[in-house]
Amino acid sequence: MQELKHLKETPSQTAGPYVHIGCVPNFCDIEGVYPNDLGDSMVNDKTKGERITVTGTVYDGTGTPLKDAMVEIWQADAEGLYPGKDPRDQADPNFTGWGRKAGDYDTGEWVFETIKPGAVPFKDGRMMAPHITFWVVARGINIGLQTRMFFPDEAGANAQDPLLTRIEHQNRVSTLIAEKTGDGAYRFDIRLQGEGETIFFDV
Amino acid sequence: MTNQSKEGAFYQRDRGWHPPAYTPPYKTSVTRSPTKALISVDSTLSEIAGPVFNQNMLGELDNDMIMNFAQPGEMAIGQRIIVYGKVMDENGKPVPNTLVEVWQANAGGRYRHKKEGYLAPLDPNFGGCGRCITDEDGNYRFRTIKPGAYPWPNGVNDWRPAHIHFSIFGSGFGQRLITQMYFEGDPLIWKCPIVGAIPSKEAVECLIAPLDMNNTIPMDSRAYKFDIVLRGRRQTLFENRMEGL
Ligand SMILES: [Fe+3]
Repeated sequence: MQELKHLKETPSQTAGPYVHIGCVPNFCDIEGVYPNDLGDSMVNDKTKGERITVTGTVYDGTGTPLKDAMVEIWQADAEGLYPGKDPRDQADPNFTGWGRKAGDYDTGEWVFETIKPGAVPFKDGRMMAPHITFWVVARGINIGLQTRMFFPDEAGANAQDPLLTRIEHQNRVSTLIAEKTGDGAYRFDIRLQGEGETIFFDV
Repeated sequence: MTNQSKEGAFYQRDRGWHPPAYTPPYKTSVTRSPTKALISVDSTLSEIAGPVFNQNMLGELDNDMIMNFAQPGEMAIGQRIIVYGKVMDENGKPVPNTLVEVWQANAGGRYRHKKEGYLAPLDPNFGGCGRCITDEDGNYRFRTIKPGAYPWPNGVNDWRPAHIHFSIFGSGFGQRLITQMYFEGDPLIWKCPIVGAIPSKEAVECLIAPLDMNNTIPMDSRAYKFDIVLRGRRQTLFENRMEGL
């Protein structure tokens, strides 16, 4: 029989406690190597769309905040287009779509300043509810965890979202819906384990 | 430009090949591992697309860790090495223009980080971070010093093998990966609980860079080769499927 010549993906390893050195060196006082930390700022004065903040903390199975986590987010612009290489159209040039934050050393909290994303189509053409993709790494996490944040003020779209509707344990869907804490302010805590364990995706 | 319009969803990740979330000998994983099954979904545009980084954001010394934190006229202490390799996908196709970020301890095994308490000294001329973007053929290269092994509080006498941490983006966010590179011949590799989280010896071998005497710079630096494989994409045209093909 012929061989399938597929390669195996490089195995993942934990980001460890010092992920800051490589990914956000200015945050951890290694200054002068890079002018700024990548992903620190996603928007500028000209970015289109509704400004929002997304604040959160990652908690372990004992309810203790992770103080060494790094969180990245990836989202569409206000029109639902992805910056970079979206095959459909050109996204807002004043929006990066990608953000990266380390949790605060003392509290573990992180804050993203971004815009509310537009809806993006699923592969069959149905629209997915507006969402932000999260990727979480830290010491003790052997392979990066991927999840999505949805908006509490999009109940109609959420109720028809192709991903949310396929989740068998509908009582867990609430772990993916952010909490609105003020005008344009959302809170999205991520629980790795235990009560209210966040839904993670293999996608 | 519209690279991904010709590229489809990612192959399903082989979760039995990667380390599982819960690996008790690596103690921190015990309370940081999800206990419920991941929800499997075929890639959507949110994973097929990904952030783009440009060569012009890089500084001249970004991939030279011997020099990028050094005072004028100084350089980092340690065994000078070149680390190079190719980023490709599971189809063997090169992944060009992708960001590769690296970080490591200094030659004595000490990190420049406020939470690091190992007694080995800091090197005033070594920061510990580097980055580069792969060329058209997926190649990357940087220069550094060989990191030292270091003890860590897991068991009472656990030591990390010498390693360099790697963060890679790929062409879609679904390829995002963080891993570690080890050095050929290091006996600590096979005693490390973090390495041991990987189920098979065959998979661990993928993280061990061989010494490559053909790519050394004589009388200057030795070379280690570390190729990286990201998830492959199906050939299906995404837009075509949207139109019902
Ligand atoms: Fe390390």
